Formats: sequence, structure tokens, C-alpha cells
Amino acid sequence: MKDKLVIGGRELKNRLFIGTGKFSNNRIIPDVIKKSGAEVITVALRRIDFGSAEENMLNYIPEDCILMPNTSGARNADEAVRIAKLARASGCGNWIKIEVISDNKYLLPDNFETVKATEILAKDGFVVLPYMSPDLMAAKRIKEAGAAAVMPLGAPIGTNKGLKTKELVKIIVDEISLPVIVDAGLGKPSEAAECMEIGVAAVLVNTAIATAGNPAVMAEAFKLAVKAGRKAYLSGCGTTNEFANASSPLTGFL
Amino acid sequence: MGFYEKYLQFRDFDFESFFKKVTDNDVLRIIQKDGVNEMEFLALLSPKGEKYLEPMAEKSQRLTLQHFGKIIFLYTPMYLANYCANQCVYCSFNVENRISRKKLTLGEVEKEAGIIAGEGIRHILILTGESRKHTPVSYIKSCIEILKKYFHSVTIEIYPLDRDEYKELIDSGVDGLTIYQEVYNEKTYKALHLKGPKKDYGYRMDAPERACMSGMRSVNIGTLLGLDNFIKESFFMGLHAQYLQNKYPGTEMSISLPRLRPHVGVFEPECRVSDKSLVQLIIAMRLFMPRLGITLSTRENAVFRDNLIGLGITKMSAGSKTEVGGYALKERTEGQFDISDTRNVEKIKAAIYKKGYQPVFKDWQNI
Amino acid sequence: MYLILNGSKKEIAEKTTIKELLLQMGLEPEKVVVEHNYNVAAKEYWDNTVLKDKDKLEILKFVGGG
Repeated sequence: MKDKLVIGGRELKNRLFIGTGKFSNNRIIPDVIKKSGAEVITVALRRIDFGSAEENMLNYIPEDCILMPNTSGARNADEAVRIAKLARASGCGNWIKIEVISDNKYLLPDNFETVKATEILAKDGFVVLPYMSPDLMAAKRIKEAGAAAVMPLGAPIGTNKGLKTKELVKIIVDEISLPVIVDAGLGKPSEAAECMEIGVAAVLVNTAIATAGNPAVMAEAFKLAVKAGRKAYLSGCGTTNEFANASSPLTGFL
Repeated sequence: MGFYEKYLQFRDFDFESFFKKVTDNDVLRIIQKDGVNEMEFLALLSPKGEKYLEPMAEKSQRLTLQHFGKIIFLYTPMYLANYCANQCVYCSFNVENRISRKKLTLGEVEKEAGIIAGEGIRHILILTGESRKHTPVSYIKSCIEILKKYFHSVTIEIYPLDRDEYKELIDSGVDGLTIYQEVYNEKTYKALHLKGPKKDYGYRMDAPERACMSGMRSVNIGTLLGLDNFIKESFFMGLHAQYLQNKYPGTEMSISLPRLRPHVGVFEPECRVSDKSLVQLIIAMRLFMPRLGITLSTRENAVFRDNLIGLGITKMSAGSKTEVGGYALKERTEGQFDISDTRNVEKIKAAIYKKGYQPVFKDWQNI
Repeated sequence: MYLILNGSKKEIAEKTTIKELLLQMGLEPEKVVVEHNYNVAAKEYWDNTVLKDKDKLEILKFVGGG
């Protein structure tokens, strides 16, 4: 049986999505993308600073990748919608990662504004992938609002702490009939595998790859870990035996 | 869309081939994992699953303890009337059966209520046959008004209603609905329900959902075990419970597992459901839906019921009579079915304590 | 005449179109996004949208992001 991931009508072969922020040098990004096998690549949209010679990220992303601009910088739904519409005007497709953050201390997403933005953008024909705090009720609202996937965080952005929200993410995986993508917080390939083992559809990794000693090799390590975790999930993970033998059988009366 | 679409998904499913593919390892793995999906639930119900009742029971006991603690909730049924327009071949109240028919007067309802409440019972389940003529919604409302004085919770097991009728009864104080599909297999359903409004399979199937939509606090569904293939019926009931729980997370979902009991009439069950099968169903349901209420009535005998305490069930009826006026009235009618556990409330309480559990009479009050 | 371009004043010649401005700034038009007076300016209109005095223009591009 073929194991397909379909989001916004696109069939994806690779369940590792990568972000392009924080790289020491953008010129290594094409190699990182190639080694990661990622088909979905996240970028941000920024006002051009005419004083600096900052390069355009599009120069480094292969044409056949799906570009997923985020709405970083948005502090509420309206700002996210404005950024999303601008991103679409680039002609690079209609995928959007909603990211609404009004908390500068922990950088945690604002689920309420995210639901609002999701509804507006889904109605407007976007393929909406909202980044969120892993809350089941918010995930339900996001689904009802028309999202193509939900992207709960594994740990606060950039912390590389791993899947700290496992119990909550697992509940969302069990209850929400949309692809669940763990976004943010994953620091090691083993943590990406851990996500995949509990049935997460894909993971989005940026900092862990960008800040590795050798980003391209780390990208490949994540690719393999995601594949391993997915296979483990599909094969049905065995679990350790938690049961001690009961002293008297419970079903002895039968 | 309603549960019927889910039913259609599996109506023509090749259960036999699926069962052939279930391995011993599959069953053991499912027992040990967290969270059981619908196909895994079916594997637990399968003949292969029957080989692993003991480890399944251990897990079920642990989950039940984790979610409900060491308690068994007690309630008592009260039959208000046995008038019925339906011809269900397996039921004593069948319109064609020549039994004496009766409907309690409001005075009699009060008398019955006094006796039941006197035993310490605080949750009452009221039942009628299906006769909008003899027991209209207005009559049921009047009964509820009286019963509210004696009980903290009044639940109903009556003919299926429309959404606004459920709302009306909720507003007058009802907080729970029990309604069994009886049999999920649509063909069998049509064959067993020969006459009357109950012939409408879809209207009955959607009744628990209508109650959920109207804001019913708790909903209890079930299938009459013995009317059709045991595994398939159990599977559909499980899917139905899960469908409702997922769609109406605010409703407290429960199931009942009534096995066919002797009754007036000549109908013989399609299949006999063994004690072992019933236990397999209870513990498989627990693994499938850890927070589900599971009700066991006095259809089952005392020894069997006592052995099931702690294994997965959460609610039991006590001191039940299935005749109209069975508690107070001298003049007797036919019961809906024969009671098997005839102990009074006091004795059932003692039996529950003896198992190390606490009988609970009130876990909720409508204010 | 002048524009408010990305928050700063910029002198431009009369009758400059968006497309012409982008080229003058040395930008690759296919890789940037333009917001004209707070509205998204679709690429197909850049050729014949003539900028007016005190127009507000934002030119954006994609950068690294996660």
C-alpha cells in the first residue's frame, strides 16, 4: 500500500518540511534542500532594505519545491491576512503558514487570532497551514475554519528541546482528521522520529538544521529519522509490557 | 450526515477475511498500546481476540480504575406503561401479544417513586412502550414533574423523539437518554420489526444524535445481543458510540450490553451470546473508549454481575422490576423481560462493597 | 514628486510606472512583491500603474524563515 500525504491537493513523498531561517550562509541552502529531500520549504516575507545587499531567498530554492511563506511578524489576524495576500501576489503559489505571535517573551502563537486568520484565508482560496499551541479545542476550530493541516509546536520556537508537548500532540493526532505537522522545537533527528512514531503526518525543522555543524548532513539525518519514524508508525509499534501477572486471573470465572 | 454513512462504510466489509488476517501478535500489540483505532477494536472483538481475554481484562481493569475509580453507579428502572404500537418479535410488549396493558396514573407514579427512593436510589430510568396515543410526551412530562421530587437524575428510555421534543423534556428535568438500536444490521432490523413506527430504521438510528444536538447530558446506546451476528453488532455499536462521542464531546456517552432474555412470545435468538463473548465485548469496548460508561442490567445473573465489577462496567441497575407498577401495585402485568439478578438494593450494595468498590447513588444533580 | 518607499522618502520622475521603478532600483521584478497604497499590487498591473505624488509603496521579498 502506498503511503501518501496529500495537502491542498498536492501529493507529497517527503514528510520533512524545512525552514530557511538562521543559516550562516544562504548559499548552502540548495544543498540542504537536496539532502533533506524536502518538497515544502518555508520562507518569510520582508520589506526590502535598500541599504543592504541581502539576497532574495528565491534564488536558493529549487523551482519544483512548494513554497510555504509564513506570516511571521504578524501580531494579529489582520496582519497575517495582509502578509498572506502579499505573499500570494509573488506568484509562488497559494500555500501559507499562519504564524501569529504577540508574545515576545516565549514566542508562543496566539491560537485565537490564528483561528480568525485561518477562516479568512481558507475562504479566500489559500492552502492554510496554521502554526499553533497544541490545544485540542483550538485545533477543532482551526479545522472547522478550513485549514489544510494543523501545525502544533513541539516546544517553543528555536529551543531545540524536542517533543515536549507529546501528550497534547498525540491527542490532536487521534482526534483531528487533518494532517498534523509538528512545527518548532525539534532539536534532534531522534525527536523527529519520535513525532512520526506517534502518527504525526510530517515535521517542520529549521533551527536544528540551520545551526548544526554541518547543516546538509544534519538535513539528511532528519530525512532518515522521519522515514524511520514513519515506517515504525505504519508497522505498528510494539510496546513494553507494563503488566505484571495478576495473582488470581480476572477471567477465571468464565 | 449521520451515523448511517459510517454504517454503510462497513456494511459490506469482509469481516471473515479480516479475522483470518488477525495474528496473535496483533492482538497482544493492540492490548499493550495506548489508544485503539476502529480496526484494532475489531481485532479485539475477533475470534483471535478471545484467546487473550486475561491480558485484555487486566488492561481494561486498569483503564476503568484510572478513569472511574473504585465505584459502581446504581440506578433503578421504572416502567410507566406497556402500551405499544410496535410489533418487535423479541419483546413482550409486542402489540400482538395478549398481555394486560397498563399505564400508571400520576398517583401511582408517586407511589412507585416513594418505594424506589426509600431504598436509597437517587437516579431513576423511566420506560414506556411506543405509544404516542397512551403515553404522549405531555404524560411523560407530568411524570417527570413528580419524579424530580424523589430523584436527582431522571433519565428516559422511551420511543424516539424529535429534536424539539427532546429539548422539551430536557427543559422539564430529564438529563439522560437510553435508546438501543436493537440491531444495526438493516436487513435484520426490517425483518424483526414487523409493524409500527419503529419500522423506521433511520429515525431510530439518529435519535441519540438528535438528543445530543438538543443538549442531553448523557446518552446511552446499545444493541440487543442475540438478534444478529455478535461481533458485527458489537463493532457497529462501538463505532456508533465513538461517532457520537467525537461529534458531541460534551455529552457523556454510555453503552448497554443487553443479552436477549426469556420473554412472552416465540422468537428465538439468532445466536446465543456466551458469557465469554460478553466479557470480551466489555473489555474490548473499554480499550476502544477508555472513558465510556458501560451499563449492566439485572438481565444478567448475580454471580456473573459480581464477577464483572472492576472489569470494565461502571453502572448497574438494582432491585429492578420490569412490570408496570412492579414496585407498589398488587395487580401484576407482564414484565418486558425476565429479571435474572433479583437481589434487592441492599444486597447489591453489600456485594459491591465486598468487591472493594463503592456503590454510588448520586453523581450528578440537575439544578 | 516623491514616494514613501519602504518607509522613506524617495524622489522619482513624473509618470514612472511600478515596473520602471523596480528596474531603476535594480530589482528582479519576478522575485519581489509590491504593496501600493496598502493594497496588493498584482504583477500584471505593474506595467500600466503610474505612480503619483506621495504614493506609499512597499517592496518586499522573500528571506529566510521557518
